[in-house]
Amino acid sequence: METPRPDATVPVLECRNLSISYDTNAGEVPAVTDFNLRLMPGEAHGLVGESGCGKSTVALAIMRYLGRNGRITGGQILLNGRDLLAMPEAELCRLRGSEIAMIYQEPMASLNPSMKIGAQLVEVPRRHGGLGRSEAGNHAAAMLARVRIPDVERVRNAYPHQLSGGQQQRVMIAMALLANPKVLLLDEPTTALDVTVEAGIVELIKEIAAEFGTSMLYISHNLGLVQESCARLTVMYAGEAVETGPVAEVFRNMRHPYTRGLFGSIPLPGADKTSRTLTAIPGQLPSPRSRPLGCNFGPRCAEFRAGLCDQAAVPMLAVASGRTSRCLRVAEIDWAAPPVSGTRRAPGPPGEVLLSVEELSKSYGGVKANRDLTFEARQGETLAIVGESGCGKSTLARVIMGLEAASGGKVFYRGRDLGQLPVTRRDTPTVRSLQMVFQNPFDTLNPSHTIGFQIARVIRKFGTAKGEAQIRARVEQLLDIVKLPREFVMRRPRQLSGGQKQRVGIARAFAGNPALVVADEPVSALDVSVQAAVTELLMDIQQEHGTTMLFISHDLSVVRYLADRVVVMYLGRIMEQGRTRDVFAPPYHPYTEALLSAVPIADPDMEKRKVALEGELPSPSNPPKGCPLSTRCRYAIAGLCDRDLPPQQDFGHGHRIACHLPREMLLAMEPVFRDGAQATRHGNAEKEVSHV
Amino acid sequence: MADLIWRRLAQMVLIMASASLLLFAIFDTEQFRKQIAVAELGGFGAAALSEGDYQAWIAKKGLDAPFVERYLSWAGNMLQGDMGFSMEKNTEVAGLIASRLHATGTLAFYFFLLMVPISLTLGVIAGMREGSWIDRAISIAAVTTTSIPQIATAVLLTVFLSLGLGWFSAKSSAIGPITFAELALPVLTLLIYDVGYVTRMTRAAMVEVMSSHYIRTAVLKGLPRATVIWRHALRNALIVPVTLIFLQLNWLLSHIVVVEVFFQYSGFGRMLYEAAIYGDIEVVQAATMVAVIVAVLSQLLSDIAYILLNPRLRVAR
Repeated sequence: METPRPDATVPVLECRNLSISYDTNAGEVPAVTDFNLRLMPGEAHGLVGESGCGKSTVALAIMRYLGRNGRITGGQILLNGRDLLAMPEAELCRLRGSEIAMIYQEPMASLNPSMKIGAQLVEVPRRHGGLGRSEAGNHAAAMLARVRIPDVERVRNAYPHQLSGGQQQRVMIAMALLANPKVLLLDEPTTALDVTVEAGIVELIKEIAAEFGTSMLYISHNLGLVQESCARLTVMYAGEAVETGPVAEVFRNMRHPYTRGLFGSIPLPGADKTSRTLTAIPGQLPSPRSRPLGCNFGPRCAEFRAGLCDQAAVPMLAVASGRTSRCLRVAEIDWAAPPVSGTRRAPGPPGEVLLSVEELSKSYGGVKANRDLTFEARQGETLAIVGESGCGKSTLARVIMGLEAASGGKVFYRGRDLGQLPVTRRDTPTVRSLQMVFQNPFDTLNPSHTIGFQIARVIRKFGTAKGEAQIRARVEQLLDIVKLPREFVMRRPRQLSGGQKQRVGIARAFAGNPALVVADEPVSALDVSVQAAVTELLMDIQQEHGTTMLFISHDLSVVRYLADRVVVMYLGRIMEQGRTRDVFAPPYHPYTEALLSAVPIADPDMEKRKVALEGELPSPSNPPKGCPLSTRCRYAIAGLCDRDLPPQQDFGHGHRIACHLPREMLLAMEPVFRDGAQATRHGNAEKEVSHV
Repeated sequence: MADLIWRRLAQMVLIMASASLLLFAIFDTEQFRKQIAVAELGGFGAAALSEGDYQAWIAKKGLDAPFVERYLSWAGNMLQGDMGFSMEKNTEVAGLIASRLHATGTLAFYFFLLMVPISLTLGVIAGMREGSWIDRAISIAAVTTTSIPQIATAVLLTVFLSLGLGWFSAKSSAIGPITFAELALPVLTLLIYDVGYVTRMTRAAMVEVMSSHYIRTAVLKGLPRATVIWRHALRNALIVPVTLIFLQLNWLLSHIVVVEVFFQYSGFGRMLYEAAIYGDIEVVQAATMVAVIVAVLSQLLSDIAYILLNPRLRVAR
């Protein structure tokens, strides 16, 4: 097949007025309408939006893989000028995997569980390059080395389940690149991965795209990732592109209320809860069946004008060169106005010590999930426990809640050791005052009972209200607190959205006026704009009731935003702890430094220092001797870090770093973030970034 | 893997020990002892016995020894292949069971020979094209055949194929070698139900695999459809049906009774039925033990097949 020479003015991939529908029992449901995209050679284009906006549907339509009920109802998809929609199946089959390849969200599920990695890779060059078995095998091995798989031979002979998530995604990338495609579609390629692993994958993708000259369509809900990986972006809402343009320009000067709303919902690294509140987008995404007349975003938009925005479908309007917006009032809105922000929260003085954990350890057989944890939480403060998967943060929550008994050490709650006291043996006042908000609101509500019944049950159990009338009043009061309408008493979980379910979870946790709430990743299953609302709600309730919160999270931006103090964990141990502003600024523990550097930032003016962790996370059943990070730390001192446990170095205000590095070296560390705009404005970066 | 098989084997021994104990205890009552006396001495003989003579007879038979002792000697005999004597059939139980198992084994052989390929093929074809007309046709047929009780199928088949068309024998002769005409109706009766069931299970497994992410990967790699199905889908889709097929051995054991009795086929199921009716205790005991062995073994085979087909279990992380 002849391949036209790359021409910088002709798009490799183009979608023209693309419309996609799904046939359901209730009739045809439009998923994507009037979608346009021009992907230039070598360009990376971000496709951003929340779940249900149609971004993955676009990618699958480009691959013409919409399933039995999906249908392209209009428009064209051109690959190098040839219409994919008019192409016969056999020809399409030759293009897939060779001209255009795709990388998926869940690498584990996307690899065949019963085939070895080598065999799955070899298929591509055999099919598209016509190579023989051994030649294709060499080709695959070379590509594995290229995506920086360390032990190629082992991986080739492994089954998918024998690899870590990061390795699986590297294998998927190798598979996609084997036929040297012109276009790469990436559908949330790092969403299922830990943040330091994500950083490595993103780096690899950028590097390889540059080397191979591949054009990329990068689908993500993470604005930071798009900022770091793409030149242009399209923001989607309810099946439509609402804003397009170069990433840096759009991020600096948004020209659609939805884009602005998205930015208001995410914590930026410079902001914390005392300077700016997160602003959730009001209302809910309309279901594809009940989209409003006119602008889809209208019912949720602060700039909505009746008679204008609700009249007819809004066309894409040119805003500036290379920029478009689907907003009729784009010329009228004052885009420079500062975002509407809630009231600032005054930081309260730290109260009495409520929870004091001393040298807590927890083992499961040979796996040491928690080792010698020592920290305390004070009345009314938010203490964030941060770390990647396998660091033991959820185990810690389970021990504190009494779902597991500690293997060693103490958990003092109001001066009483609860470490060996399972929840079944704790008295009601203790259980009532120690509550939990769970990660997944979809599984924690009983589907067969009404919301009112489920909240009332907790109230009865704790005896905080007596008699039907009082209980009913308390249920309504709790619904008010979590800002749900009182009619929700009669609703069942399936009638609620994810954010609403999580509000019910919060209402249940607060039913007994707890003194301490453990929130285990309470917003990570929710969409960005919903996350903001739930986060704000949690903080409001906490502040009003003076509740202490243990906020367990892997999301450093959220932690930076809402925590008073932070505990950083790695492989079951505490690496660093201290006040939030101290942990997020030098001196850093080398692990904290890498973690911060891995966070994608949705701010084109923020410069970030790249610090990568080497190698793979060691198995918790066989952790390294000495410092747990010694196998991956770029500062590791041979003969010391890999032998002895690091000492706790104190930097004042309870800021403690467990590290062997000399004190002067830790103090001399450079900040990870640097505000580029301010640095050029003031010519003095050092002072300006100190608050980050 | 080897570890798991050993653990399973140990479990098997334990299950059989408790099953045998239970089985022995159930028949170790005064009433059954009298029944043995009646069977051995005849109705008049037994009735004519004085209490003293009866006790003497019990002592002679060794039935007055302690329970544990009698159980151990019974279990020891069973292990050595001495399964007792059938009062009703007037023959050694071991020989009886062997010949009946042979007859039932022949039936089961033809049943599996047809059931496995037919149901796997139908299930895969239906699951491959979920929602197509061929899927609908196969699914409806499968639901229909599994909704008819076997006794009804047996009656219908007899009426049409034997009494009506005269192709096959309605009843087995029970003399001489088993013929095709005798086997046809029992095998068909079993097939009609079970093919529907296994087809449905295979279809469900195939549908799940076809909608999996790794099939999407295979398709979007540009592999032709045939390669996607043969290399990527089948291997994963057949894990559940294959293990299920081993469990059909167990299913067969209970359903064979209805079919063999109806068609008067001299097999294991009919023997068990008759022994139960006549109170032929030693036959019931031995046959039940054989049934337990088959049930436990089919479980074991099914587990092994599941592990062998599933790299996630076979190969450690």
